[in-house]
Amino acid sequence: MSFERATMVVRFRYSKLGKIRFTSQRDVARMWERALRRCRMPVDWSCGFSPRPLLSFGLALPTGAESLGEYLDVQLAPVGSCAPVAVAEHRGSLSGRVASCELLSRLLPEGIDVQAQGILPMGSLSLQQEVSSCSWELDIGGVSEEQMASRIDSVLAAQEILVRRERKGREVEDDLRPSIKELAVRTVDRDRPVATSSATRVVATLATRPRGVRPGELLQGLGTDLVLVRARRTHQWIEHGDGRWEPLSACGDLPGLVAQHAQERAS
Amino acid sequence: MGARVPVHQSGKVAWLLVYPDTYEIGLPNQGLQILYEILNERDDALAERAYAPWIDMEGAMRASGVPLFSLENHLPARSFDVIAFNLSAELVYTNVLNLLDLAGMPVRSADRGVDDPLVIAGGHCAYNPEPLADFVDAFVIGDGEEVVGELTRTVAEWRYGDRGMLGREELARCLAQVPGVYVPSLYECRYDGDRLVGIEPEHGAPAEVVKRSVADLGDWPYPKHQLVPLTEVVHDRLNVEVFRGCTRGCRFCQAGMITRPVRERPAAQVAEMVRTGLEETGYEEVALTSLSTADFSGIEGTVRQIIDDPQNGGRVSVSLPSLRVDAFTVATAAQIQKVRRTGLTFAPEGGTWRMRRVINKLITEEDLYSAVEAAFGQGWRRVKLYFLVGLPTEQDEDVVAIAELGRRCVEIGRRHHRSVTVVASVGGFVPKPHTPFQWFGQCSREELARKISLLREAGRDVRGLTIRWHDPDATTAEGIASRGDRRIGRVIERVWRAGGTFQEWSERFDLALWLDALREEGVSIDDLVYRERSLDEQLPWEHISAGLHRDFLWDDWQQSLRGSEVLDCRWTPCYDCGACTSLGVEHVVASPVPPAGGSQGTGQDLGLTEAVRVPVRLGSKSEPPTLVAR
Repeated sequence: MSFERATMVVRFRYSKLGKIRFTSQRDVARMWERALRRCRMPVDWSCGFSPRPLLSFGLALPTGAESLGEYLDVQLAPVGSCAPVAVAEHRGSLSGRVASCELLSRLLPEGIDVQAQGILPMGSLSLQQEVSSCSWELDIGGVSEEQMASRIDSVLAAQEILVRRERKGREVEDDLRPSIKELAVRTVDRDRPVATSSATRVVATLATRPRGVRPGELLQGLGTDLVLVRARRTHQWIEHGDGRWEPLSACGDLPGLVAQHAQERAS
Repeated sequence: MGARVPVHQSGKVAWLLVYPDTYEIGLPNQGLQILYEILNERDDALAERAYAPWIDMEGAMRASGVPLFSLENHLPARSFDVIAFNLSAELVYTNVLNLLDLAGMPVRSADRGVDDPLVIAGGHCAYNPEPLADFVDAFVIGDGEEVVGELTRTVAEWRYGDRGMLGREELARCLAQVPGVYVPSLYECRYDGDRLVGIEPEHGAPAEVVKRSVADLGDWPYPKHQLVPLTEVVHDRLNVEVFRGCTRGCRFCQAGMITRPVRERPAAQVAEMVRTGLEETGYEEVALTSLSTADFSGIEGTVRQIIDDPQNGGRVSVSLPSLRVDAFTVATAAQIQKVRRTGLTFAPEGGTWRMRRVINKLITEEDLYSAVEAAFGQGWRRVKLYFLVGLPTEQDEDVVAIAELGRRCVEIGRRHHRSVTVVASVGGFVPKPHTPFQWFGQCSREELARKISLLREAGRDVRGLTIRWHDPDATTAEGIASRGDRRIGRVIERVWRAGGTFQEWSERFDLALWLDALREEGVSIDDLVYRERSLDEQLPWEHISAGLHRDFLWDDWQQSLRGSEVLDCRWTPCYDCGACTSLGVEHVVASPVPPAGGSQGTGQDLGLTEAVRVPVRLGSKSEPPTLVAR
């Protein structure tokens, strides 16, 4: 869906790190709903018999996985439709109607940190429509780094990688190969050390269309003897032509603007 | 959110409050949350929590030698001074034993040493403590708000007092002197053959343990900081208790009988607790909880105030668990359920007017149909109806009538929507201690199953009507645990040793474990569960008092068999059940005006009756009891 033109949509970027990773996407949605209510942000509601707040999270993060960049679009109620809100007083707030990242981080549980916010231009597409791939850091146990590297080579060389999964109660076979856009061993990572010393860090970029490939499925493609020790989503990507952008960078840049700047620089 | 991480130190009595079911079920329990806060506010106590780990987690814990531990500080349960269980349902009894064992403690009280924590239990099931008498050191009967303080002082004396650590026997004797505390080891059960004939106190323990009852709920505005879980749990919303007790007099309802008299929270305090609670938690839904919230005097004003309060953020949904069955209530529900509406639930409990008179749930068919009409008219498409089967004097026609009621409700719905769902949810009746039905011989498992299949047959061709039923096997097991005497403890222990934990869960429940255990202990299910008791029989819980006179219960039982009803005594003269007089407390209401229609379902029409003088105490403590003439 595209958001209705008359309303304002704010995009938030947040991380999900540490023990909080064991909560589900639905749990995180409820944490956000409560936090937004506590800071009195004027969230818009759907109409109808059973109204719901208009929050849109894009691609769900599997339970147990961490993330450096998750996104949430919040549709704000039209100006004047709500009582004045408390958030106007907070420093760093957008247009007096949006709570600051610091305040929201404080109202959200430990491990969820709001890094940036931005107002979407009119007519922007939703996260579901725009994001076409995700990058992951996967700490995998079960084989040595060398063995992992050779398995990756053969996966990348293969025409097709068939994995089985359950769909509507029936087992179906899917070809993963077209969805694997990048796959490599990363030997050293000083910023984020590998979860356990015996695991190998693999970085992967997986397409979200025609459907989002989950890290567990990739693991199946690499061999059934592997153990996924830790999964961390590092990026979600919006791709246009040869370029790719995050839905909202950690410093608050929106892709439309980034694309525009890039064009300006190019011209 | 709302959790405390208390600091342990010598001199502070450390309580571990345990809910013997999963976190998802136990977290919202208000009793546990109230005591958690009250204890943590004290200078001489601290409290942490624990819930029953699911079997996979328990397996992993046992495999790696990790004992039951507290949620907050991850300390072993055995390092606490007191382990206190909340008993909300009988089928959790095997979990209590399992958790004690997982804590690394002897499950039997008699085997515990001076270093083991004191094991306490409270909650509604404590009103028949005998089935757990061998495992629990002391039971608390009734409201816990005040007694936890007295228990803390007694335990502090035991653990940290000048005289040094006392033995467990001395501790038991001290505990028995605290009003409302029952110490089973100080009572001798006498039998004549297989029949219990007496329960006699020793060492100065009281012959009768009378329940504790807080006189004024306004003194206890708890929980002040409701726990907000990060994962999904049942009743995931703000809960504010608006009153305790119920005087409708439904004869099957143990909660209504044992929590008398009615004590309403002052309306202004309700509004304040809702406002601060919503602000602090961020919930969009608040449930005003009680046994029958629509009977709260001044309910309309209270609800209106919550919805209109701009401080509450504009969009707050109020839910009233246990709706009254009438159109007025439905209209209110339509106004107040602003978000995530699902379905409406009504509880006629009996299929025919005759049946409903027997159980004193006096809802007419017109009441029900007008409520259902209003529900569908207001846009709901799903209505759920609660019924009991296996009730005293029940005939097949009473059971089959449930399908007919359901069919009529579907018909009403079709006038408003093309597709509607009516769910008739049918539970098997288990007679409970301290109710007029405590003498009734429970309907056998086979007979319950026959009645349910009769009902399913009758409802089979009704499109739009779904009949759901509670497993008659589970009803039977609940019957075993509900009215047993001390000898049933060995049955419970056998079920636990045979692996029977989480018996509340249908995927884990196994009646065969219970029947095997009964056989091995030589207890007849006919005698224990299905047999009607006589007036002169000693019931296993008669040394525990909920304040109700035995004569009152027996007379009400006899009246029920004759099909005659009693009225809600909140708004009509007293018929002396004993609760007010023996406890020295009285009904406390927030407003002298009964809600529109009075206490519906009790056959009253207060608007039309001649002036009755009702002695009620208004919610403010400073005012003397007031006589209200209507």
